[in-house]
Amino acid sequence: MTREVTAVRELAAELAAIATRPWTLMEVCGGQTHAIVRWGLDQLLPPGLRLIHGPGCPVCVTPAATIDAARSLARRPEVILCSYGDMLRVPGSFAGGGEPADLLGVRAAGGDVRLLTSPLEALALARRHPDRQVVFLAVGFETTAPATALLVRQAMAAGVANLSLLAAHVRVPPAMEAILTAEGNQVQGFLAAGHVCAVMGTAELQDLADRHRVPVVVSGFDPLDLMRGLVACVRQLERGEARVANAYGRVVRQEGNPAARDLLTSVFEAVDRPWRGFGVIPGGGLGLRAPYRGLEAQGRFTALAAGTGAGAEPESAPEEVCISGRILQGRARPVDCPAFGTTCTPEHPLGAPMVSSEGACAAYHRYGRRG
Amino acid sequence: MAEPAPRATPRIQLAHGGGGTLMQQLIDGELRRLYADPDQVLHDAARLCLPHGRLAFTTDSYVVRPLEFEGGDIGSLAVTGTANDLAMAGARPLVLSLGLILEEGLELALLRRIVDSLAATARQCGMAIVTGDTKVVERGKGDGAFLNTSGIGLLEVVDPIDPRAIVAGDQLLVSGDLGRHGVAILAARHGLDLQPPLATDCKPLWPAVEALLAAGVRLHCLRDLTRGGLASALQELAAPNGLELLVEEERIPVAESVRRTCDLLGFDPLHLANEGRFLAVVPEADRQRALEVLAPGGGAWIGRVAEPGPGAARHRGRVLLRTPYGSERVLVPLSGELLPRIC
Repeated sequence: MTREVTAVRELAAELAAIATRPWTLMEVCGGQTHAIVRWGLDQLLPPGLRLIHGPGCPVCVTPAATIDAARSLARRPEVILCSYGDMLRVPGSFAGGGEPADLLGVRAAGGDVRLLTSPLEALALARRHPDRQVVFLAVGFETTAPATALLVRQAMAAGVANLSLLAAHVRVPPAMEAILTAEGNQVQGFLAAGHVCAVMGTAELQDLADRHRVPVVVSGFDPLDLMRGLVACVRQLERGEARVANAYGRVVRQEGNPAARDLLTSVFEAVDRPWRGFGVIPGGGLGLRAPYRGLEAQGRFTALAAGTGAGAEPESAPEEVCISGRILQGRARPVDCPAFGTTCTPEHPLGAPMVSSEGACAAYHRYGRRG
Repeated sequence: MAEPAPRATPRIQLAHGGGGTLMQQLIDGELRRLYADPDQVLHDAARLCLPHGRLAFTTDSYVVRPLEFEGGDIGSLAVTGTANDLAMAGARPLVLSLGLILEEGLELALLRRIVDSLAATARQCGMAIVTGDTKVVERGKGDGAFLNTSGIGLLEVVDPIDPRAIVAGDQLLVSGDLGRHGVAILAARHGLDLQPPLATDCKPLWPAVEALLAAGVRLHCLRDLTRGGLASALQELAAPNGLELLVEEERIPVAESVRRTCDLLGFDPLHLANEGRFLAVVPEADRQRALEVLAPGGGAWIGRVAEPGPGAARHRGRVLLRTPYGSERVLVPLSGELLPRIC
């Protein structure tokens, strides 16, 4: 048995020893959810300790209206639409009549849709294809926003005229706030997303912990990181404390990464933004600041509906049967959904959480949790 | 081996498949050297003189993008893939056919490298390429080159190697560490600059199977761990045969560099393709002997076929993985396309 396995088992024993009451915690990040399900960590917890899966999957919370806008752009012959892999498979609104619901479907029907692994590839694409319009569907939390900000800066500096952004970056702390203030909230403590904190630091979370009297423990993604986070969180709850603690010190510093954060804040500002499953979250999105708004695809392509930005209607899940909204809010588990594993599978996803490698439904499906 | 004739153009043209002079030049200059008996190339069919016994026959087509990757290419895949399918039936690979579908515009230098690799790999597998065909499709209608190979092998086992031969209590072994080929392809496809580079595990499997047979190991089933990886292979054995397989995750060999890359990209090494690894299902009494043969090549024991117990009927057809932490999860085959995640 490796040292790491021994340490995880010892922490599980410690949890059992310190938990005197039932507690309900939320792991915010989809990467954490995947690790928990992948390694069966929930099976190691004392019976009263319940984990709720959080909304920390940027692909999952991107509104259908944004995907619809990307699909409509991708169908234009002059456009090269590019985004990250998972994003290409998320269904938008169901149009019926054989209309492809995701971007891969648009690609199969002849649209030029490309997969990127880094935003700067979009700039290279725009330079290689001066006669085309390159549109980057930019999604992600505070983790990926700095890289998009770098793209924006470089594109502006170079005066590249054929590159624009469908910017759908979102901020995590406002979503945590929305969860805490929702009626019937059960979350008593958070495992915060380590990678977001690596960029943003812990100041925003301190404010959240103070106002809502809830412990927030910055946690990583390995079994050992997660178990450390759980022990730190339960210890606070048992003592009646509500602080921000850092259980991911090897990666996260209190001040975050100032260079990345400055880059982010110089290009983006907090805006109200609809989240799939939540409706509009105040301050829940990152919009381009005024000097950079010329890069918004919404301004370039007048035919785009206004529905991609802050004012969009909160929408329901793509099909009646899919309960992804409640899953994203932590109010239901994937196995509670009648479609899970039957009409909704990774091959034919009805909702985004089944698509994304960070989605809770995909985690349950991939790791054999079939109820 | 004759030096290929100098070409007027460095790329494949439609006329290379047209049956005329250019086609003749392509065959003479590039392809003839592949054949065990170059004089047979222009005949419509190969005449085979095979050893007496029962034969195995298999076919597979190869579409891989990019055509070349770390440690291999579509040529080495096309030969080992078919040779390994024969080996998994307990057959010594003997002869091979080769169908080439080339896309107009394919660089001749690249074709030459693929042909070199086909020839070298066939030699390595002990196979003779005896017949073949070449077609050229218009630009945009193919991914550079598609290959098809069919192979014949001589069965060297008495009892058929077959999933239906698996019984409760059988032991599961893999022949080496998993995921190298999948990572090599993903790295090449997505331009990942892995340092040091990870090479494919593509290699002939017959030598290992032959060594198992020579050691007297009774092989109930063999399965090469290609597309879908170990997870799919286990599932394919469990589901149709109503078996429950119990696997110890800690025992599954995965190189640290493969594990790290998978963590980074959000993949599971158990879902990644291998081109030089197989799963062996053997009776419990033969486990140690099988391990002695496979361990020097990185092989390992990974689990067993469950004995029927209380509630066994409910668990038929599932693969249960015990994690290193003592928790359990059901191993399911990969679904959908492998796409790198966002963050």
